Amino acid sequence: MTDIDHRAELVRAGAFVEGRWGALLFFIRRYPLGAAGAAIMIVFLLAAIFANFIAPLDPLQTKASASLAAPDATHLLGADKMGRDMFSRIIYGARVSLIVAVTSTLLGGIIGVLLGLMSGYLLGWFDLLTQRLIDIMQALPLLVMALVMAATLGPSIENTIIAIAIPLVPHAARVVRSSTLSLREMPFIEAARAGGMREMRIAIRHILPNTLAPLIVLFTAQLGSAILVEASLSFLGLGVPEPHPSWGRMLSESAAEYVRSAPWLVIFPGIAISLAVFGTNLLGDALRDMLDPRQRS
Amino acid sequence: MSTYLVRRFFLMLLTLLGMSVIIFVMLRLVPGNIADIMFDSAGFVDPAAKARIEAELGLNLPIPVQYAHWMGGLLTGDLGISYVSEMPTVDELAPRIPITAKLAALALFFSVLFGLPLGVISAVKQDTALDYALRVVSLSGLSLPSFWLALLILMAFVTYFGAIPIYTEPPANLWDELLLYSVPAAAVGFRSSALIMRLTRSSMLEVLRQDYIRTARSKGASENAINYHHALKNAVLPVVTIIGIEAAFLIGGLVITETVFNIPGVAHFLVEAILKRDYPIVQNLVMLIAVVVVVCNFIVDLTYAALDPRIKYAD
Repeated sequence: MTDIDHRAELVRAGAFVEGRWGALLFFIRRYPLGAAGAAIMIVFLLAAIFANFIAPLDPLQTKASASLAAPDATHLLGADKMGRDMFSRIIYGARVSLIVAVTSTLLGGIIGVLLGLMSGYLLGWFDLLTQRLIDIMQALPLLVMALVMAATLGPSIENTIIAIAIPLVPHAARVVRSSTLSLREMPFIEAARAGGMREMRIAIRHILPNTLAPLIVLFTAQLGSAILVEASLSFLGLGVPEPHPSWGRMLSESAAEYVRSAPWLVIFPGIAISLAVFGTNLLGDALRDMLDPRQRS
Repeated sequence: MSTYLVRRFFLMLLTLLGMSVIIFVMLRLVPGNIADIMFDSAGFVDPAAKARIEAELGLNLPIPVQYAHWMGGLLTGDLGISYVSEMPTVDELAPRIPITAKLAALALFFSVLFGLPLGVISAVKQDTALDYALRVVSLSGLSLPSFWLALLILMAFVTYFGAIPIYTEPPANLWDELLLYSVPAAAVGFRSSALIMRLTRSSMLEVLRQDYIRTARSKGASENAINYHHALKNAVLPVVTIIGIEAAFLIGGLVITETVFNIPGVAHFLVEAILKRDYPIVQNLVMLIAVVVVVCNFIVDLTYAALDPRIKYAD
C-alpha cells in the first residue's frame, strides 16, 4: 500500500489552503468574479459608514449659484437643480440605500425563516394556513406588492423598509420550509428527540443551522432586489422621502427634463445603483457556486 | 390528473379571494380617504359637504358591506366608478390593457430570442472567455434598474434623433407600432432575457453532467447532436417555467418603464391611481394583475406536465 501525500495532491489541484489569508487568496483565485463583487460591496459599505468623512460637501446644502453645475473641481459629479453636490449626495445615498436594503432583507428574512421553520416542522393547520398566505403574497409581482404597501403606509424610511420586507417573506419561507421538510426525517433529528430534547430546541439548534447554506445565497440575492425596489419606489415618489438623499429619487428629480440639459444628473446615480446591485449579484453567484456543489464544473 | 386540476383550480380561487380581502382592507387602512384629500387642497372643511361626498361614494358604509358591494359588482361586471375621472372603471381600463399586453408580449419575445441561445452557448463553452463575458452581461442585466436603462435609451434618442418617442397618440400602422413599442419592450425585456440566459445556462450544465449524456458521447454522437438534441431538450423544461412566470411578472417592470416613457398602459395607470388614491381603479387593477399571475402559474404547471412525461400529478 502506497502512502498518499494529501498535501501534495491538494497543492497539485491548486486547492491547498493554509490559514485565514490562504483561504482568502483561494477564494479570490477560485471565484475571481465573486471576489470582485465582495470588493464592490466593501467599497459601498465603507462609503456608507464614513459618508461624513468622505463627502466633500453637505449633501443637503443648496446653493443657487451652483444650480445644474457641470462636473468640475468643486462639484466632482456636478450639482442638481438646487445646487446640491451630486458626489456628496451619492455617497450619502449609499448610506440610505444600504440601511433600507439591509434592514428590509433582514426583517423579511427573519419573518420568512420563522414562518418556514414553523410550518415545515409543525405541519398541520399552521402549515396549511401559512402556505395559503404565501400563495396569496406571491400572486403579485414584488414591485407591485411593495408599491401598494408603500402607498398604504405613507412615505418614510421605516415604512419603505416594511414595504420592501413583507414581499421578501414568501421566498425565504419557501426555502426554509422545503429544507426543514427533508431535515425533519433525518436520523440525527430522531436521535435528538430520543435524547429527550424539546421540539423547540431541536428546530432551532439542529434544523435551522442546516438550512443556512441556501439561505445565505437567498439573502445575497434579496439584498440586490431590495436595493432595486427601494430605488424604484423612490423613483416613483413612494419611497424614501426628502430630505434624505436616495439614488432612486435623485433620478426621478432629474428624469426627462435633464436628459437633454444635464445628463450627469441621470448618469451617476444610475451607475451607483447598478454597481451596488451588480456587486451583490456577483458575490451571490460565487456563494451559490461554493455552497451548492451541483453547480460546480 | 383531473382531481389534481380541480384541486388546483379551487386553490387558485382561494388565493384570489384572499388577495381581494387583503387588498381591500389594506386600501381602507390608509389614513385619509379621497374625500379628505379633496378637502385638504381646498383648505377648509365643510363637514356636511364632506359627509355628502362620502355617502355618494359609499365610504360611510362599514368595510364588510363595501367589500360585499365590490364582490357583487365583480360578478356582474360592474367595477365601480373612478374617483378621479368619474368614468366607469371598465371604460378606463379596457383601452389600456391591450397596450400593456402588447408590450409584455414583445418583451417576452425579445427575452426568449436572446436569452435561450446565449444561455446554451454560455453552457457549452463553460469557463471560456466567451462564457465569462456572457455571464457578466447577464448579471448586469439583472443589476441595471429598468428605469435607468429607459432613461439612457431616452438620452440616446435625444442625442441621435433630437426628440423622444411619443406614445400618447396611437401609431399610424402596424409597422410603426412594432417599431415604437420595441424600444420600451427592449428596456424591460433586458432583465428577463438575462434571467432566461442564466437559467438556461445552469440547467444545461446540470443536464450535461447526466449519465445519458455520457452514454450518448460513448456511442459516438457528435458534440452538436449531444448539445442540441440530447441536452437542450431536457434542459429547456425549467426554462419554460421561468418564461411563464416572467410573462406575468413583467408587469412589475412595466410599472416603471411605462412611467418613464409615458406610455398610456395599465401599469403606468396603476402608479397614477395609487398616487391619487383612486381606490376603485387600484383594487380592480391589482386583482387583474393577480389573476394574470395566478393563471400564468396554472398554465405553466400544465405545460410542465405535458412536456415532461416523468411528471404525473398523482392524488
